[in-house]
Amino acid sequence: MDKKKIKLLFIGLVAGLVNGLFGSGGGTIVVPALVFLMGVDDYKAHATAISIILPLSIISTIVYFTNDSIPFNIVVPVTIGGVFGSFIGAKLLNKIPINILRKIFGSIIIYTAIRMIWK
Amino acid sequence: MMLILIGFLSGIISGMGIGGGAILIPSLVLFNNIKQQDAQGVNLIVFLPVAIAALYTHYKKGNIDFSFAKLIIIGGIIGSIAGSILAIKINPSSLRKYFGIFLLLIGAYELLKKKE
Repeated sequence: MDKKKIKLLFIGLVAGLVNGLFGSGGGTIVVPALVFLMGVDDYKAHATAISIILPLSIISTIVYFTNDSIPFNIVVPVTIGGVFGSFIGAKLLNKIPINILRKIFGSIIIYTAIRMIWK
Repeated sequence: MMLILIGFLSGIISGMGIGGGAILIPSLVLFNNIKQQDAQGVNLIVFLPVAIAALYTHYKKGNIDFSFAKLIIIGGIIGSIAGSILAIKINPSSLRKYFGIFLLLIGAYELLKKKE
């Protein structure tokens, strides 16, 4: 097997592990891996990442479901809010300077991370 | 109502393509005292319909590179099964701490990244 194929399988293995272990974050692995290791364009990397994370998330969902870790009483209200939210988010996308938003997001995430570690 | 609001806010973030899970999972754990594994399960299943809709749009525009996707998915299936089983087996407070460390790395990456 050539080097490129091994690289792709390895990217998948790591992304799957992270996505299954943390129930999120697969895209955080796949997008930079495609851009920096495979030289894929940024917008194509985002689209391709979704086609990869979707089947992986389905598999993880099945494992979580068989272990009673999908609480539907919480899933329903979160989904209702989420559908409206993502619609508005997509509309806002071109109206807000995304760079500043990323810095704000990064700061909130770091604060949240510290609270999660020390809770 | 609180749960709808949490879904709404993380939906806005993920609609912008930044990563709703980073908001949704900690909100559920910190504000609603939901078990780490259950919060992750919620994030996984909530992502599915949004991803299907996004995938359909990207597929029609021809943005998806299937030559790369196939092998990554094969490796990913093995990783997903192993990762999910691991998540179920770890005790919730340890998993929450590991998640926090992972989140810290994502936050640092977002702050330091130059491109876009």
